[in-house]
Amino acid sequence: MVELRAAVALLGRFPALSGVDLTIHAGETVLLRGPNGAGKTTLLHLCAGLLRPESGSVQVLDHDLTDGAGRRSVRRRVALLGHTTGLYEDLTVGENLRFWARAAGLSTVDADRRLDDARKRLEVSDRLVDQPVHTLSAGQRRRTSLAALLARRPDLWLLDEPHAGLDQSGRDLVDGLIGDAVAAGGTVVVSSHELDRVAALSPRMVTLAGGAVVDGSGVDVPPPVTEPSIGQEDS
Amino acid sequence: MSALRVVLRDIRLVAARDLRIEARARVVVDQVLPFAVLVLVLFGFALDADHRTLRTFAPGLFWVAVLLSALLAVQRSATLDAADGTGDALRMSGLPPVARYLGRAAAVLVQLLVLEAVLVGGLVVLYGVSVEDWLLLGVAGLVAGVAVAAAGTLYGALALGLGARDTLLPVLVLPVLAPVLIGATRAFDDALGSAAVDGWAWTGLLAIAALVLTVVGASAHGALVED
Repeated sequence: MVELRAAVALLGRFPALSGVDLTIHAGETVLLRGPNGAGKTTLLHLCAGLLRPESGSVQVLDHDLTDGAGRRSVRRRVALLGHTTGLYEDLTVGENLRFWARAAGLSTVDADRRLDDARKRLEVSDRLVDQPVHTLSAGQRRRTSLAALLARRPDLWLLDEPHAGLDQSGRDLVDGLIGDAVAAGGTVVVSSHELDRVAALSPRMVTLAGGAVVDGSGVDVPPPVTEPSIGQEDS
Repeated sequence: MSALRVVLRDIRLVAARDLRIEARARVVVDQVLPFAVLVLVLFGFALDADHRTLRTFAPGLFWVAVLLSALLAVQRSATLDAADGTGDALRMSGLPPVARYLGRAAAVLVQLLVLEAVLVGGLVVLYGVSVEDWLLLGVAGLVAGVAVAAAGTLYGALALGLGARDTLLPVLVLPVLAPVLIGATRAFDDALGSAAVDGWAWTGLLAIAALVLTVVGASAHGALVED
């Protein structure tokens, strides 16, 4: 699913990742942790195909990301939730969602159906659909971004601080979303400082420091005692 | 669905998005159009409001005003992909770069045609110009608009990628558009009766320039925005 060997990535001339070795198998949920500047966001961007590896090998979803064609191909199958929303401020929530669904190649019918599901799953209300994005709160924008990504049904989720800016119910929704993705056979990589919350979802942790993986075996975490997510209930 | 139909669908998707954003934000209507009319007025002041002189130079003044105003429209259009991660989201979306380029260029073209229409009205009202060949005026305006939109969209993406969009774009794109300025001015000379030239021949050259700029832009845009 994700395999990096001695992967080096630069931000400008600065080596943000310096020889990362990492293997993530299909269906895993992995928590990336580490201090600010450790390279978590860069690693997610590298796996998303947004950064070209300077050296080493990077394979994601059977695509070689040292190759431009491989990076372009993998992007379509990956959902990256970063620090930005990827939403157009002057368009409404509904227009943004429809645009991104259609941009992913969905037909009008499929897009509408999937967006309905995604909006319900993320509790994006009908009232919100007609509001321009610039009138939304940070949490509402986050939910809208997630709804746009969810409609694409990606094979690999890369979530960078997914709980940031969300209230308690929003955070619970994100947890449920991660559970849904894994239940559907997807793979989720989460970068977060909220270790307690994410540790309850992820049996495996990868620790980064100074642009390298310093602990890839993970920290044993007691199995979570949480209610099953909505997706798990459905299945 | 055939590959061509998919690309055409994506072009429409991108163009509709940009035009919808413009309809909401009204940057062209509220800022670019007044700027363009202001440029015409300032030319009038600079040339001492002599109608005969203004009529003689009207085609050139018109296209200088169009190019300066087009820079604002292109800059505005390019920055849509710089706001809040939309550029990366587009890279992740799977939209083919050629569709992103042609869709954006089409939206810019629509805005330029509106701008040209308003400025032709400005020429008539402010400079006392009369149009002798509406068909030539329309075709030359359309073809030159395609050339400006094609080059502007490409160089807008380039300037955005270089991170100096506000200052670099005019330096990059105006030299490329100098031949378009010359051809469009000659074509309008004929359409407005300012000079005895073969406007259709110049329009033919403009069409070649528009085609070349569009093909080059569609080919090069992917390398600028994808990696």
